Amino acid sequence: MTEAYLDISDLSVALQHSGDRLLRGVSLAVKPGEVHALVGESGAGKSMIARAVFGILPKAVTILEGQVTIEGADLNGMSQAARRLFIGKRAAFIPQDPLTALNPSKRIADQISDRLIHILGMPKAKAHARAATLLEEVKIADPERVMRLYPHELSGGMRQRVLIAAAFAGEPRLIVADEPTTALDVTVQRQILALIAGMQARHGTALLFITHNLGVVAKLCQTASVLYAGKVVEQTGVRQLFADPQHAYTRALMAATPRYDRPEESLKPASPELMGELAREVAETDTLWAKERAHG
Amino acid sequence: MADALFKIEDLHLSLPDLARKPLFGATPRITILKGLSFTVPEGAITGIVGESGSGKTSLGRTLIRLLNPDAGRIDFAGRDIAGLDEEALRPLRRDLQIIFQDPFSSLNPRKTVGAIIGAPLLLHKVAASSGEARDLALDALTHVGLPASFAARYPHELSGGQRQRVGIARAVALKPRFILADEIVSGLDVSSQAQILTLLMELRARMNFTMAFISHDLSVVRRLCDRVIVMRKGEIVEDADTATLFEKPQHAYTRLLRDSIPLPEVSDGWLAEA
Repeated sequence: MTEAYLDISDLSVALQHSGDRLLRGVSLAVKPGEVHALVGESGAGKSMIARAVFGILPKAVTILEGQVTIEGADLNGMSQAARRLFIGKRAAFIPQDPLTALNPSKRIADQISDRLIHILGMPKAKAHARAATLLEEVKIADPERVMRLYPHELSGGMRQRVLIAAAFAGEPRLIVADEPTTALDVTVQRQILALIAGMQARHGTALLFITHNLGVVAKLCQTASVLYAGKVVEQTGVRQLFADPQHAYTRALMAATPRYDRPEESLKPASPELMGELAREVAETDTLWAKERAHG
Repeated sequence: MADALFKIEDLHLSLPDLARKPLFGATPRITILKGLSFTVPEGAITGIVGESGSGKTSLGRTLIRLLNPDAGRIDFAGRDIAGLDEEALRPLRRDLQIIFQDPFSSLNPRKTVGAIIGAPLLLHKVAASSGEARDLALDALTHVGLPASFAARYPHELSGGQRQRVGIARAVALKPRFILADEIVSGLDVSSQAQILTLLMELRARMNFTMAFISHDLSVVRRLCDRVIVMRKGEIVEDADTATLFEKPQHAYTRLLRDSIPLPEVSDGWLAEA
């Protein structure tokens, strides 16, 4: 049994002013070389988990309990500066929107090499050469020319390739990708997914892949956590997930997903009974948790 | 085969390319639509699909004459509307409705839902008085599955799916002959997406309007549309009834679009083929 590289256990975060929980005791682990899907709809808390991993939760959100460990080290126990250095050397992030994630006033070369220079302490010339190699690896033709360009001169697909190159630049052992293909056309999405899968496999990276798209989960990931209202309702291998979904919410999500091969069985809205049942389940979780806290 | 509500012949559109505008002199134009010909059958839902930059949104907006074509005919209900000016178009506006992609920016944040749906009813004289407009707006809310109490709410109080229902209510309340739906479920979660599309199918069965449904997502189009036009770089690549298009796509680009959609089932090698 390989040990988990990223380990989140019993993580609960809440809004400071109201005490409402946004994450309800989330536990998940990603091993080296594994692609773990974090699936859910908007508001489920997917991005909140990513933010918790990198220690960039919004100011209004506090951690109530639980741990996030990378390589067995508890991140919550570290100072801000120690944490930045620790994570910078081990983990990277691929965001959804490749335009806002790139600095519009910096050339592509600098966007990739900055991390190498500042966090890994690589000399400038070496960082530049490494950036060129990375751009080649993400299949950008003529990397030397592209390195001199600014983000606005690239297409959406090219920008996402640059961000993937930047993410892999420091040889991180963990990458968190937050809906990196949602804004792209389907043909480009397929290329980018293939690229991410190839890079991840070659580098043996632990990849936490956040998405709302079950198709992407099926094609890219090995294990998955299905998130509803900040709670993991199902956690299993991807083959198992699609062959025999256990939780009613997972089944509802699958029934609602459009399918061109089975149109009549797809796009089925969830029943009001199910929504009521899910709301009750969340309320029960909260009651139980409050009770435990009162006794604990 | 139903009669054609729209008959388009050799439609050309170009727009000023502001990114290449010189300091002096005329702005160069960029060609968007390169001579399109097709028909939109009455009572059917026609899908218009393509990737970003294919010209699908510009085509939709030219159909309802929010954009002026350079050349070509747009026969709407037997009359060429391609060259009509704004004043001549005004009496037709009621029959050429649009539902927008973004339900956040397309609803006036300072008006209540009731006023948003009611204003066009008064403008187009569908309702004779504000009392009648209010009644019709409440009817429209019921039709799209929202409680009548929503008439008093403001857009910011609603979820994305609820806002999109208001956008639909605003269009269908006018009982138009044609509705353009431009990527109306793209910003929604799968569960709201399924609800909105189910609603559209119910409304179509009940109200018998003609619709053009613009989407980048072929799998959504499969269930909803009767026929599909596939666009690429301002041209029509394929135009077929939906079942034929998916089962026997004639053009390699249509196949590429279809096969690029990741189906929610595990299959090794799908990524390796990319």
